[in-house]
Amino acid sequence: MSTTTAFFTDATLCIGCKACEVACKEWNGVSADGFNWTGNSYDNTGSVGHSTWRHVKFVEHSPEPGLGGNNADVVSWVFSSDVCKHCEKAGCLEACPTGAIVRTEFGGVFVQPDICNGCSYCVVACPFGVVQRNKEDGRAFKCTFCYDRQKVGLHPACSTACPTESIKFGPIEEMKLAAQERIEELQARGMDDACIYDPADTSVGGTHALFLLRGDPRQYNLPPHPEVPTIYNRAGWRSSAVAAGLLLFGSLFAFLGSAKR
Amino acid sequence: MSCNPQDRPTPEHTHWARENRLFEIRREVERKGYVDAGILPITGAPFSMASPETGYYGVPLLKEPQWSWEIPPYFFVGGAAGSAAVIGAIAHWTGRDEQLARDCRLLAAGGAIASSALLISDLGCPARFLAMLRVFKPQSPMSVGAWTLAAFGTFSGAAAFAQIAAERFGLPVRILGNFAEVFSFAAGLPFSNYTGVLIGATAIPVWNENIHSLPIHFGMSGLNSAVGILELIGHENTALNTLGIGAAVVETLEGVNIEVSRKPAEEPLKRGTSGFITRLGGVLSGPVPLALRIAAAFAGSRRSKKLRKAAAISSVAGSMLTRVAWVHAGHVSARDWRLPLEIEQKKDWPAITRAGMPVSKIVKEA
Repeated sequence: MSTTTAFFTDATLCIGCKACEVACKEWNGVSADGFNWTGNSYDNTGSVGHSTWRHVKFVEHSPEPGLGGNNADVVSWVFSSDVCKHCEKAGCLEACPTGAIVRTEFGGVFVQPDICNGCSYCVVACPFGVVQRNKEDGRAFKCTFCYDRQKVGLHPACSTACPTESIKFGPIEEMKLAAQERIEELQARGMDDACIYDPADTSVGGTHALFLLRGDPRQYNLPPHPEVPTIYNRAGWRSSAVAAGLLLFGSLFAFLGSAKR
Repeated sequence: MSCNPQDRPTPEHTHWARENRLFEIRREVERKGYVDAGILPITGAPFSMASPETGYYGVPLLKEPQWSWEIPPYFFVGGAAGSAAVIGAIAHWTGRDEQLARDCRLLAAGGAIASSALLISDLGCPARFLAMLRVFKPQSPMSVGAWTLAAFGTFSGAAAFAQIAAERFGLPVRILGNFAEVFSFAAGLPFSNYTGVLIGATAIPVWNENIHSLPIHFGMSGLNSAVGILELIGHENTALNTLGIGAAVVETLEGVNIEVSRKPAEEPLKRGTSGFITRLGGVLSGPVPLALRIAAAFAGSRRSKKLRKAAAISSVAGSMLTRVAWVHAGHVSARDWRLPLEIEQKKDWPAITRAGMPVSKIVKEA
C-alpha cells in the first residue's frame, strides 16, 4: 500500500474558526504573529509564512446570491484554510542548494532545520509564496506536513483539530476520490461554482494539498498557472553560454587585434 | 469631540458608524477598483474585497526576496572578478600584455575573496555556509553558483598566490600559477554571468520574464565593470577599449529591449524608484561609455585618456546600479499580486512600489 498522503481542504465545510492555525502553532511550536488589524474581512494573518503554516482565508466580496452560508443580500463570504501545497515538483526543493529540503516517504516537502543555512533561495523559488526565512532565526520555515506525527501514524495537527472535517487527510488516492465524490454531490445539489484546485496540468505536476473551492481560485490567492522555476533553467544556461562565448571571443578578438605591449 | 464621557457615542453607535463606513468603502471599490485618499490608512488597502478582479484583498501571492544588502554588491563584484580572470588569461596566453594579466589575477582573487565574504554574511546562518558544498544539484542555479564560486576562489587565489610568491620571494611556482590560471579562466566564464540565471530561474515575474537576456545582460555588465576597474588602475591597452565598446553596445541593446517591451511584468523596470535606477544604470552602462569610447578612439592622446577614464567611471557606476535596480525590481514585482493571478491591470490603478502598498505581513515583521 502506498504511504503517499495528502490534505483535502473543503471550503464548503470551513467555518473560519482558525482551530487549524492554533493547533498547528501549538504542535509545532511556531511563534506568534502579533495582533494586527488588516481590514481584510476577518483575516488578520494575511498569508502563510514562516510563522503561519495554516492560514484561514476569509473571501468576502459584494453580494452574490448563493455564495457563502450567510444572508446573500448582505455579503458573500467563504472560508478556506490555506497550507503549503507540497508540490509534486516543488520549486523550493529544486532550488535548495544545501539539500536541506527533501521529499519525505509520505510525499511531503520537508525543510530539515539542522541543515538549512538560510540562503533564502527557496523563498523566491516557491510559486505559491509559502516558504519564508525567519529573520530572527535566520532559517527558512514552512509546513512540515507534520512529518513527526505522520511518522508514528497520526494525522497532522490541523486536520485532527478541524471540528467540521473541512480538512481531511489520508492516502492521496482516497483524497482525490473523496474530492471527486464531494464535488459531484455538491453539483447534484445545484452548487455549480464548486471546483477542485489541483494544478496537475502545469509544471508543478499536482500537489499533496487539494482544495475544494467555490468560484474563481484567484479570489483565494491561488494562481491559475503556477510554474516550478526549474523550467527556466534551460533558457538561462543557454543565455549564460552565449554570454561566456561573447566574453571569450570578444577578449580573443580584442587582444589579437591589439599591439603587443 | 468633547471630553465629557456622556457625549461619547455608545459602542453601538460606533459599531454602526464603522459598518456604514465599510459599506461606503466597498461601494467605492466596486465603482473604481481602488480607494482614493481620504480614508484611514487601512493595512491591506486599497482593496477591501476578495474577488476575481481584485485578487485576495491585494495581498501579494509571492514572497519578496529576503536577501540583504550584500547581494547587489555580490553580483557586481562576482561579475567583475569573473570577467577579469578571463581577460587576464587571454592577455597572458596571447602574450599581448603581461602587466595586465598580472593585475587581472590579483583583481580576480580579490574579487573572489570579497564575493565569498558578501555571500556568507548574507546567509541566515553564516556558520553553516559549508552546507552549500554537501551536495551538487545541477537543477539549482544557487548550487551550481556556490560550486563555481568555490572553484573560482580556489584557482584564482592559487594563481594570484603563485604570482606574488614568484615575484616577491622568487619561488619557482610560475608553472603552478599558469596551471591554476587555466581553471580560474574556466570557472570565471560562468562565474561572470551565472547570477543572471540565479535570479531568472525564480518565481518572481520580472526576473523570469527576462531569463533569455538576463545572463547576457549581467555578463556584459560584469565585463563593463572589469574593463572600467582595469582602466582606472592605469591600464591603457587598446584591447580594453575595444572590449568596453562591445560591452556598452550590448548594454545599450538591452536597454532598448527593456524600453520597447510592453509586458506588464516589466513595469518595475520602467516605473517608480526601481524604474529610475534601472534607467540611470542603463544609461551609465550603455550609451554614455559607448559615446565616450568612440570619441576617445578619434581624439588626441591626452584627451583620449581623459575620455576613457570618464567612460570607465560611468561603466563601473552603471554596472553597480544595474544590479541594485534588478534586485529592487524583483521586490516590486513580487508585490504585484496581479501577475501570478493573471489579473488584467486597470488603467487608473496606481503603480506598485516597494514601499507604497502596505500589507499585513510587513506590519507584522516590523
